[in-house]
Amino acid sequence: MAKSYEEINARIARGEAVVLTAEEVSRMAEEASPAEIARKVDVVTTATFGAMCSSGCFINFGHTSPPIRMESITLNGVPVFAGIAAVDAYIGATETSPDDPAYGGAHVIESLVRGEEVHLVARGKGTDCYPKKSADTWISKDGVNEITMVNPRNAYQNYPAACNSTERILYTYMGSLLPRFGNVNYSTSGELSPLLNDPCLRTIGVGTRVFLGGAQGFVSWRGTQFNTEKPRSERGLRESNAATLMLTADVKEMSPDFLRAAYFEKYGVTIYLGVGIPLPILDEEMAAAVSIRNRDIPALVCDYGLDGHPPILRTNYEELRSGYIELEGKKVRTAPLSSLSRARAIAALLKLRVSSGAFPIAPPVQALPARSSVSGLSERGRTR
Amino acid sequence: MKHRYILEYSSAMVDEPIIYTLIKDFDVKVNILRAEVSPGHEGSMLVELEGEGENISRGMDYLSGKGIRLMTIAQSLSFREELCVDCGSCAGVCFSGCLSMDAEKWELVVDREKCIACGLCVKACPFGLFSLKFGD
Repeated sequence: MAKSYEEINARIARGEAVVLTAEEVSRMAEEASPAEIARKVDVVTTATFGAMCSSGCFINFGHTSPPIRMESITLNGVPVFAGIAAVDAYIGATETSPDDPAYGGAHVIESLVRGEEVHLVARGKGTDCYPKKSADTWISKDGVNEITMVNPRNAYQNYPAACNSTERILYTYMGSLLPRFGNVNYSTSGELSPLLNDPCLRTIGVGTRVFLGGAQGFVSWRGTQFNTEKPRSERGLRESNAATLMLTADVKEMSPDFLRAAYFEKYGVTIYLGVGIPLPILDEEMAAAVSIRNRDIPALVCDYGLDGHPPILRTNYEELRSGYIELEGKKVRTAPLSSLSRARAIAALLKLRVSSGAFPIAPPVQALPARSSVSGLSERGRTR
Repeated sequence: MKHRYILEYSSAMVDEPIIYTLIKDFDVKVNILRAEVSPGHEGSMLVELEGEGENISRGMDYLSGKGIRLMTIAQSLSFREELCVDCGSCAGVCFSGCLSMDAEKWELVVDREKCIACGLCVKACPFGLFSLKFGD
């Protein structure tokens, strides 16, 4: 029995829609068949709250009088990309303050979201139409014209866990990895994770409405490093990092509960973001897709102590969540890097928003690529 | 009863056989879990003291009399809990079991009694929420 988007939205409008979180539907799937789930459930909410380095915001400061063509800009001392028009800029989340390696673009973004003032210093060469050569002032999210998050790569479809075979501690974007396989860190929300619940991306594409950092935003494009060539498990799930999303939303509507600046020791600044996507249960195939349980989701464990971080074990999220896995004949402690409790809060919030009609479900305007692979970078210049 | 304390010495005290005195004169079992002591510098030591209550309190008076500052782990490890997002990054490095994730709610559980002041959580927390007073 198939349901259309219109039928699902009509059920939402009548207050009759059944909206569950992806964890709730996974519990339901212990008893119910995909056919029953397709009949009973209209929408399933998915979510994650983790580090997403490839993130940042476009900002338009407004013009000073007389105007300046801002050619180099800092916000709270953090360099901001100024190579676009006179008073447009892009704050990258991982951009770092030259004075403090643990402070960067993500902290500036978080401050703006919190409603705090941020120190803007700008310089330009002075032109006939933009005569001013420097500006020094304080800005806030309410005072600027636009502040729009545009994240080139978010919400990875699966991501390998990390460990370390070397004799020394490694400080990585997968956290502190203790020597001699002292721990394993993993970073997806498992059965609650957005792209794992729609493995063929039938309902997620360009134009899909998403929850981003507390605001309602959209999938604006395929994410960078979008990869359809990663192997699939028996259940059709990607074995490791595959599809990604480019996401956009208004920073003025975001909340610090779902956006937090972070610093990984000796790696650098990054941002933790909450992302949530409601999935329409159009038919049995979608019902089967959202029924996945942690034990069904493959997880590779990669050794960050070796070049290229090769996988040394294939496990699943139920094992990772148990607190320990067996690795190289040893019982090794496992820990998450992304917050499952925050992801659950997002999925629950999204459930309310969808049920109330505040978060309409719509088909993608354009599907994400069916085929796309990722290349490396070959170096032809002189390597120093 | 076992109790964990951090002892902080001035540089003048580093040469004194304090642990020997604690064991011999006060009959206190001392288990040194971590120490940063070098001649001519200030020192820090994480110890577990075990013995009769009265012996321990006399031993502690002796330490205080020598100008050694005693801190419990609770005083030494500070954690800005209100900013925690329960990501779990700290639990991955905490081999003493002080920091762990609740397997139902997936919220961080802090059991300060298990802390051994290793300091790994200070660097592992992406939000810089831990600080530890030990050495330095």
